[in-house]
Amino acid sequence: MSILELHGVSIRYITGDFKDIGLKEYVIRKLKRDYHVREFWADKDVSFQLEKGDMLGIIGANGAGKSTLLKAISGIMEPTKGWVRREGNIAALLELGSGFDGELTVKENAYLRGAMLGYTRKFMDDTYDRIIEFAELQEFQDRPFKQLSSGMKSRLAFSIASLVQPDILILDEVLSVGDGAFRKKSEEKMKEIIGSGATTILVSHSLAQVRAMCNKVLWLDKGEQVAFGEKGRLCDLYQDFMDKKITAAQAKEAWEKSGLA
Amino acid sequence: MIQKLKKYQFLFEELVKRDFKKKYKRTVLGMAWSVLSPLLSLLVMRLVFTQFFGRSTPHYTTYLFCGNLVFAYFNESATQGMSSLMGNAGIFSKVNVPKYLFLFSKNVQTFINFGLTLGVFFVFCILDHITFTWKFVLLLYPICCLVLFNIGIGLILSALFVFFRDIQYLWSVFIQLLMYLSAIFYTIDSYPPMIKNMFLLNPVYLFIRYFRKIVIDATIPSIWFHLLMLADVVIVLGIGCFIYRKYNTKFLYYV
Repeated sequence: MSILELHGVSIRYITGDFKDIGLKEYVIRKLKRDYHVREFWADKDVSFQLEKGDMLGIIGANGAGKSTLLKAISGIMEPTKGWVRREGNIAALLELGSGFDGELTVKENAYLRGAMLGYTRKFMDDTYDRIIEFAELQEFQDRPFKQLSSGMKSRLAFSIASLVQPDILILDEVLSVGDGAFRKKSEEKMKEIIGSGATTILVSHSLAQVRAMCNKVLWLDKGEQVAFGEKGRLCDLYQDFMDKKITAAQAKEAWEKSGLA
Repeated sequence: MIQKLKKYQFLFEELVKRDFKKKYKRTVLGMAWSVLSPLLSLLVMRLVFTQFFGRSTPHYTTYLFCGNLVFAYFNESATQGMSSLMGNAGIFSKVNVPKYLFLFSKNVQTFINFGLTLGVFFVFCILDHITFTWKFVLLLYPICCLVLFNIGIGLILSALFVFFRDIQYLWSVFIQLLMYLSAIFYTIDSYPPMIKNMFLLNPVYLFIRYFRKIVIDATIPSIWFHLLMLADVVIVLGIGCFIYRKYNTKFLYYV
């Protein structure tokens, strides 16, 4: 029984003139027929499934549709076509610094974030000390959040998200922050989480990191699913792609021929 | 539904706390200020309008206070509610949480302010030699309706504000107009019956009138009056819920 399954997920994204225009501007443009909404498919026909304990790395260039896909997985967006089936609770960490409030203290933010991730108050009371200790922010507990450095902020975000035992943990560019020592610590923590049986999805631009941490890889290119499967050969193909030796289409072909798909 | 409430109870509490802290953290007077400000506007109105309307209107202070009490609560809920969704864009575009929680949290705050002002209102009633009757219990009806009405307006405005940012300027003009149309400081007795009935189309006026009927006249409004009020609430709340339901996953594109 897979814990997360995506079937033919396509997401249509709209951009265009509607953002930040006022009512007046909207009416005028409508009248002048100068109102444009551009639609494009951020993700096209993505299908995969993950078992308990899998760690999936999603790779692809900017604009490949990675973040949009994560939004569909975490339920923030509805797929335009296809469906997502999830078993168990999801803790999503999309873009670290966001969702924190600069005016509140570190402690208040930790509780707020915990609440957002669906923890209970009791759980937060019990784990708060461990969270702060892991984030190494003991001296900063009652400081306003805005006084923290960006590295500290992501350390806190990571600590809160990783100290729960979610069934599915989603991390978007999380591990690329913090100094070397903390990065090492967080990677260890991640391994521990995977070891405990949680399913994790990691978006990263670092192929080395994906190789080191993940067992499965999903490669997206301009919204299309190039490949999904075990990491080894797939990462090699992606390396070739990044070295401009092959195109995405060639990679897709090679992957399908390899018999691993 | 109950399961969902339970699930998000902690988040809701934290949101309410956050809104409180952010609002009152840096003011010395803190919460007292939110009670003081309607009192100050009451004082001003009392000084300015007593000459014109105060002589012919019995219990004019209470009359004014009824209007101010209701209108201040409505105004605060609507104006603060408007930015509640947009102000939390950073949260709802990254985490899957029910979006109405942000508005509810603001409404808890404005309701508490209303409650405090209501307490002061009753003190003023005593000073104004109002006789308290059992009918005061009926005030629970317009208060409940007003809470729901404010939530409905907040839902509509907060959604519109995501789509059209200039709605806040239109709204501030509208609220000004509405204040003059709500008979806060004048009486509508001298208008012809036709115009008097038109006032009933203004939901805010209905709430104010209900308060005055009970507190000053000690009479219970008709059943039709109750139903009209209920209809306003159902319509506004219905539209608000509809918009939130329809655009739940689409707000994201506009922030």
